[in-house]
Amino acid sequence: MKRTVPLLITFLTGFFLIVSFFVPHEPFGQLEQRLLVWFAIVSGFAMLLGVDSLFRAHLKRIVRAREGRWHSLALLLSLVVTLAVGIIGFARFGSPFHMQSPFMFVYTYGIIPLQATMFALLAFYIASASYRAFRARNTVATLLLVSAVIVMLGRVPIGAAISQFFPVAQEWIMDVPQLAAKRGIQIGAALGAVSMSLRILLGIERSYLS
Amino acid sequence: MGSTTMLIGTWIAGFLTLAIFSFLYKDNPVYKLAEHIYVGVSAGYWLIYVAFFDVYPMLIQGFQDETGLEKWILLVPGALGLIMLSRWFPRTAWLSRWPIAFTVGVGAGLGITANIQGYVMPQLQATLLPVTGWNIVSLNNVILTVGVITTILYFYFSKPHKGALGWMARVGIVFIMVSFGASFGYTLMARISLLIGRLYFLLSDLLHVID
Repeated sequence: MKRTVPLLITFLTGFFLIVSFFVPHEPFGQLEQRLLVWFAIVSGFAMLLGVDSLFRAHLKRIVRAREGRWHSLALLLSLVVTLAVGIIGFARFGSPFHMQSPFMFVYTYGIIPLQATMFALLAFYIASASYRAFRARNTVATLLLVSAVIVMLGRVPIGAAISQFFPVAQEWIMDVPQLAAKRGIQIGAALGAVSMSLRILLGIERSYLS
Repeated sequence: MGSTTMLIGTWIAGFLTLAIFSFLYKDNPVYKLAEHIYVGVSAGYWLIYVAFFDVYPMLIQGFQDETGLEKWILLVPGALGLIMLSRWFPRTAWLSRWPIAFTVGVGAGLGITANIQGYVMPQLQATLLPVTGWNIVSLNNVILTVGVITTILYFYFSKPHKGALGWMARVGIVFIMVSFGASFGYTLMARISLLIGRLYFLLSDLLHVID
């Protein structure tokens, strides 16, 4: 019951999805769309479970007066305030995403600057990593260095000011060798995902049950 | 939003931006505060997003609007969702494997059909391009095809990379390194673009030093 039923559910769900792909007629025709709607609904509940887990972990830290409890308090307050303004926005404007909703205030002046700055911060660390990575120790390392420098210079006005070679070479690198390797990796990854999916459906891979 | 609200919002955004940038000096409590606020608002945002765009319209509104079998069949995902919450009670926690098994089944089913239809076939179609004579387009098409094949062969580890396979793998690593370098440069420029955006916000919207 504890292992067989989940294995059966996984197999039947995946099997019917594959059948609906090959048999686009009733009763299978609408099955893929229906299962995707169900998937979205169940994922919504899983999200609630995840947020609850985050809430409990930080609440525990506050209650037990552990190190970093004030930061945990800030996290819980920001979480509760965001949820509260979302519900208020829904109740007052019919949607938390209405432009007048306080939820959009949190989004515009909280999430956007935090997210953008966090990613902008990475520019410094990528630049520092590139200093270590871009050493022309051998031929392939030199290729890495040269293609990175051409792409960086080719994408800013100063590159075109130095020479028209940079934008043209940048475009060629992105459209031909970069695309070729990316495509090869994507095909390999997709085939790997297909074989992993088969292992899951056939019950060979069961780690999700632990 | 009124001008006072926007002013308060700009100051909050300015504080959060500077708090994150303070990490460049060293890990400090102000950075940690901003980091925890980021996690809190993001979790709240995504919960509201999923509830408003997925659960509410698909389950609650769907149940109100539909009739007959279409209405009652929505009880199945609703029940699976509620069973997911059985993790809150240790004695019934094992039941949560059922909705997890359902989501894994959907992922695995799509992992086969969507990957083949959406990735493998279109990528192969886009790779097998015609060679129409001695021109630059044909040359690029040949380079693209050789690049794709040799890249795939580089990741083939079932046989030792010797002889013809070894040569092809060596050509593959050339394409891979050029690709990694290009992706690295591309990512760095995107991050610098974001950095310029944040600096512009600080100097323009917050401090009014530049227009």
